Amino acid sequence: MSALLELAGVSRAFGGLRALSSVDLAVQRGEVVGLIGPNGAGKTTLVNVVTGVHRATSGRVRFDGEDVTRLRPYQAARRGIARTFQIVQPFSAMTVLENVTAAALFGGAARSIAEARAQAREQLAFVGLEQAADRRAGALTLAMRKRLELAKGLAMRPKLLLLDEVNAGLNAVEMDAALALIRGIAARGVTIVIIEHLMKVVLSLCSRIVVLHHGELIAAGKPSEIVKDARVVQAYLGRRYAEAQPAHG
Amino acid sequence: MKRDALRAVAMFVLIALLPLAGDSYWLRLGTTMLMYGVLAISWNFIGGMAGYPSFASAAFFGLGAYAGAVAQKLGAPMGFAWALAGAAALVFAAALGVALLRLRGHYFAIASLVVAEVLRELVNAATDLTGGGMGLNLPIPRLASIEGQAMFFFYAMLALAALAFAAMLAAMHSRLGFGLRCIQQNESAADMLGVNTTLYKVAAFMLSGVFVGVAGAIYASWVHYIEPPDVFDVLYSVKAIVMVLIGGAGSVFGPLFGAALFLSLEELVWRNYLQVHTGVLGLLIVLLVLFLPKGLISLRRRTA
Repeated sequence: MSALLELAGVSRAFGGLRALSSVDLAVQRGEVVGLIGPNGAGKTTLVNVVTGVHRATSGRVRFDGEDVTRLRPYQAARRGIARTFQIVQPFSAMTVLENVTAAALFGGAARSIAEARAQAREQLAFVGLEQAADRRAGALTLAMRKRLELAKGLAMRPKLLLLDEVNAGLNAVEMDAALALIRGIAARGVTIVIIEHLMKVVLSLCSRIVVLHHGELIAAGKPSEIVKDARVVQAYLGRRYAEAQPAHG
Repeated sequence: MKRDALRAVAMFVLIALLPLAGDSYWLRLGTTMLMYGVLAISWNFIGGMAGYPSFASAAFFGLGAYAGAVAQKLGAPMGFAWALAGAAALVFAAALGVALLRLRGHYFAIASLVVAEVLRELVNAATDLTGGGMGLNLPIPRLASIEGQAMFFFYAMLALAALAFAAMLAAMHSRLGFGLRCIQQNESAADMLGVNTTLYKVAAFMLSGVFVGVAGAIYASWVHYIEPPDVFDVLYSVKAIVMVLIGGAGSVFGPLFGAALFLSLEELVWRNYLQVHTGVLGLLIVLLVLFLPKGLISLRRRTA
């Protein structure tokens, strides 16, 4: 079977800054891929290009056998690409339930508001937010808002879920709960691309890791290989550190 | 929704009984109030529900007034002319929306503000069709009496207000209204969730235009004579916004309450402070917006 998501020579420039330069990447169905890289490496830009927020300056993005390079965000969402935001973006004045209902209604398969509401309740139960269903989304704690983002993503019945730093800012207990949740989502058969700085998260969740640096894809492979890769070590810790570690490489 | 609909029916029935109680002064006031109601309800689609501060009401009103007047001048029957005015406003709002709704916030407000000015200049220039600055006389409907005419236009405006209200209530409880609320709160997040934001915004703008267009045409027939500075008056835009803000933006009954209260204030202040009435009215509006930023509707929620 062909890859679910396929990027071929994707570049994105902002003026003179090349945020992504000819990235080739294939994500297979059912995979959990970790996307890592130092700050400013272009990770979020990559997510934005896939979801249609930014259009690739050159190159092609294919999703589920269809060219999605020129789609607008809502069109990408309806084809099964869901994302969470690094900085959570709830509709703060709406209730938690309404937030997820919106996702099920507009991005999912629900045909009526009532049906969307029922689906939203299921997702809230799955992420453990059913108690908070009637609270205003703006009044939630950060950990709960991250869960809400997940519930919204799931309510869209995605084929591909892009998680942009869903674990940033969580404490150890909250993070373990979040990891269990993400494993549960993967077990449902949703393909996941997870952007993360925390190596603990990436190493424990991902079957494969790709590394971006200055907009270029510098390494891809199993987690155990990636942590030893000289270019990755150099990108994160600098050339001198990499050269001082003869065992690596 | 059912409760709101029942309340609305009761309210419109009460308003419909007004001609029994009052003289022609009250009938004129009632007609004006219903016209203001149409303006406020219409603005609620784009300004209250979608959160786009539109100043285009005057443009739709003037366009409708002139479309209806010119159609009647060319021999169209009155009802047909009104429908035509609505259609013209609808099409114009669609085209304008596609162009302007790319802008957000203040930029959208300013852009929508100048539309009425542009239309006014066009109407001024097209002297053959519109009479230009001379204005345009409309045929006086052949109705039994002056009172009969006043009654007729009152009920016409009432029917239009009820129609606009029903459309707003239906929209609020539909996919469209839900999507607009998402857009109002966070447009890019709505987009990411699968809301076709452009389509929804343009739909809201069209709804905010069509009823105002018809109201403009009814107004033109009602007063028999229109001229560009009268029907393209920027005050129509400003009043629509003020009425909704007084009543409660995005709420069901807010726009109508706002319209009723605004007209009462306008009338009272005008009668009692003829020399300084705009100043006093302005001061009252500032106070209301300062101390009741979420509108009169919020009073009920506070006590409840």
